[in-house]
Amino acid sequence: MTGILPYPNADAPSEELISRCVHCGLCLPTCPTFAVLGVEMDSPRGRIRLMKTVWEGRVSADAPAFAKHIGQCLDCRACETACPSGVEYGKLVEAARSQILAATTRSLGERGIRSAAFDWLLPHRRVLAVFARLSVTAKRLGVPRVLRATGLRGGARLAEMLELLPDSATMERLDTVIPASGPVRARVAMFSGCVMGSVFGGTNAATARVLARNGVEVHVIRPQTCCGALHAHAGERERARELARRNVAAFAGEEVDAIIVNAAGCGAAMKEYGWLLKDDTAWATRAAEFASRVRDATEFLGDLGLRAVPSPMRVRAAYDDPCHLLHGQRVREQPRALLAAIPGLEMVPLEEADWCCGSAGTYNVTQPELARTLLERKVANIEKTGADVVVTANPGCLMQIQSGLRRAGSRTRVVHLIDLLDEAYRAG
Amino acid sequence: MATAVRAGMRGTALVRALQELLGAKKVLGTPEELLIYEYDGAVDTATPDAVALPESTADVSALARFCYEHAVPIVPRGAGTGLSGGAIPVEGGVVVSFARMARILEIDVPNLRAVVQPGVINLHLSTATAPHGLYFVPDPSSQKACTLGGNVAENSGGPHTLAYGVTTNHVTGLELVLSDGTVVRLGGKAVESEGYDLVGTFVGSEGTLGIVTEITVKLTPLPEDKRTLIAAFPTMDEASETVSSIIAAGIVPSAIEMMDQLATQAVEASVSAGYPLDAGGILLVEIDGARDGLDDVREKIEAICRAHDASTIRVAATALERERLWAGRKGAFAAMGRLSPDYYVQDGVIPRTRLPEILRLVKESGERHGVRIANVFHAGDGNIHPLIMFDLRNGPDELERAKETSIEILTACVEAGGSLTGEHGVGMEKNCYMPLQFAPADLAAMRRVKDAFDPAGLANPGKVFPTPGRCREFSLAARR
Repeated sequence: MTGILPYPNADAPSEELISRCVHCGLCLPTCPTFAVLGVEMDSPRGRIRLMKTVWEGRVSADAPAFAKHIGQCLDCRACETACPSGVEYGKLVEAARSQILAATTRSLGERGIRSAAFDWLLPHRRVLAVFARLSVTAKRLGVPRVLRATGLRGGARLAEMLELLPDSATMERLDTVIPASGPVRARVAMFSGCVMGSVFGGTNAATARVLARNGVEVHVIRPQTCCGALHAHAGERERARELARRNVAAFAGEEVDAIIVNAAGCGAAMKEYGWLLKDDTAWATRAAEFASRVRDATEFLGDLGLRAVPSPMRVRAAYDDPCHLLHGQRVREQPRALLAAIPGLEMVPLEEADWCCGSAGTYNVTQPELARTLLERKVANIEKTGADVVVTANPGCLMQIQSGLRRAGSRTRVVHLIDLLDEAYRAG
Repeated sequence: MATAVRAGMRGTALVRALQELLGAKKVLGTPEELLIYEYDGAVDTATPDAVALPESTADVSALARFCYEHAVPIVPRGAGTGLSGGAIPVEGGVVVSFARMARILEIDVPNLRAVVQPGVINLHLSTATAPHGLYFVPDPSSQKACTLGGNVAENSGGPHTLAYGVTTNHVTGLELVLSDGTVVRLGGKAVESEGYDLVGTFVGSEGTLGIVTEITVKLTPLPEDKRTLIAAFPTMDEASETVSSIIAAGIVPSAIEMMDQLATQAVEASVSAGYPLDAGGILLVEIDGARDGLDDVREKIEAICRAHDASTIRVAATALERERLWAGRKGAFAAMGRLSPDYYVQDGVIPRTRLPEILRLVKESGERHGVRIANVFHAGDGNIHPLIMFDLRNGPDELERAKETSIEILTACVEAGGSLTGEHGVGMEKNCYMPLQFAPADLAAMRRVKDAFDPAGLANPGKVFPTPGRCREFSLAARR
């Protein structure tokens, strides 16, 4: 064996966090990849052990096996919900990814794709919007079929990515301040996100409308940027930190009760800005203060309580918990309470609603086979419910589940919870 | 004393041979893969030479025959949640993971039986049978994760064994692969079968006699209703006395669990179920059965608690509240990471009436050795679980002090007329202490059973019986 490489830099998975794991195994049955692969290395406990063995000098930080098993993790954090010792697994796996990135080299092509996605597309909303619109057009023109016909592996993969997109991408420019209707109950600043802003712009507009209708004054902050969640998931720690600093600065000085996010993945990342920047003395305090004000839109509305009663909707709805809302932010009851507040809506239980659909940030791109297996499992569970709509609260889940249902020929619709509420209000 | 395993095929040669035998997809053998099978839920570790992932009884049989012919130790592994090192390949060889033999084969409602593969998760069986109004009674605290194969190997218990018995009382049939690869079926769906009770012999044999590949279990009708209450006491003494008083009053609750303040703090931090943090001792009591009369029994229990100075008594008002309380109790060991990175959990059993003095001894022993101890255990059964905390990173001294404390506690349990282990198994954690409880002739009798089924000594070697190498230190210490 050649030399054992230790963790290359200070972003290594914290030994203190690792030491909290008493390897009891209670996380195993909640881990989707363990359920599919059935081997200890692809369980949360096994992955934490791998991180520990690197500290112990028994496994090299650049070992392909280390990259493989850490890479196969969804970072869905279901294991955190299951863990009685409170092991913060998400922080560990993201740290491990940053080390793999630093310890290994990538091909020119992969570096190019990473740079294009992480440096150019995600942080620049206008570029992303143009890209999204072009991609949607390509998809509608049948480009995926052409790509598949080439018979190339890359072509099939690109086709799969295009098929994840919705049939239209909308970018709506919101006013700077959306006034509350009636007496003001709260003032919030809205985080509009990158994908949410350029593909699901309609949902952002709906969020502002629903909040306003419930007595919330909404401020839209212009210089904000991508939250950096996808960067952090992919181990791009420094890029994630840079975006976090820009957002903290953008929202500084806003005298608001909360910073509202309608994408669960973004909210989970933003609630951890304090931790992400904890070693940056100039930013740590401001980042922690920012993080303490972040609320998911459904969490905030659920806690505040709806003032305006939505008009009735005769639908059977199933709720699928976004992992980064349920496991990442521990928000479970509020979205369900909001659904229960829609008169006429019938809730049907969805088995494994707390399981990842396979979207998981960029997972459906980096691990297409596993993502597909988990998506098929999710679609099968959805079809068992007989629901008219599946409700969720995160762009990744929306696109992934939509594409799965479309492929299965299902007529079940997927909708963001806020969009459903908005529909109910607008019907009245 | 056990004889050491004769050196047979090991290392990469073994991995290659097994890949040939079973197919590459059913064998793991890279260094990184093997390292990740070196642990279970307890402290001891050892790296296997290979890991097999059989998908059928035929696979297990072929594997066992191969191991028999090539002198390879064979160690079954369920979910790796065990607390006595049962799944640790201390003599090397092949670890057999049952992750891919995890199907419920049959739910026979009229006969109250289920037939399962060993990899089925304990709780998954009860979830699957709940629509029929049935459940599988033994509920180890790790039931969300542990497998029925592991339960059979360790003869696992759980909080509800007080009224309903342990795993062996709920298993009626087994399909086994003997150490030479022969497949045998013992028992079946009937309660009694002719001849020797070999099912009883195999349940709790910790993989040292053969490998279970199919299990027939009893299912039990779900009780009509339950009452669950927690009572907080000023000290562990009052809580202990309450336990004896409840039983003396002729009440046999389905569970009586006790927790000390330290354990309660870790548990409450994990579940926020409303466990009082200021109490010296807490009892979690559950009664179940026909709804009529259940509240009368509850009131009697409350009165006994109050007579022993219980400060607060809370009855779970909803199913959710009950679930939260149990989630806390069942996650207690797993919550120890909040207090300490490493711990030994002892499993001694004592006559219930001796609880107060044993708990005092546990406390004194911990103080004398300078180790922190939390207690969370099945008080109704007199099955104590002192959690003796240490930090391996602080070097061997802390580990030694934890071990010395363990030995003192176990010796006291045996001297009080109890036993070394109630439900966690002997494994490689307590095998050196077996002579505390058994005379040489007793151990030799057990040894003859082992030799009859596993003449080559390949079935989970280094477990249950004292081994000359690892136990020498203890024998010397005992002689001092």
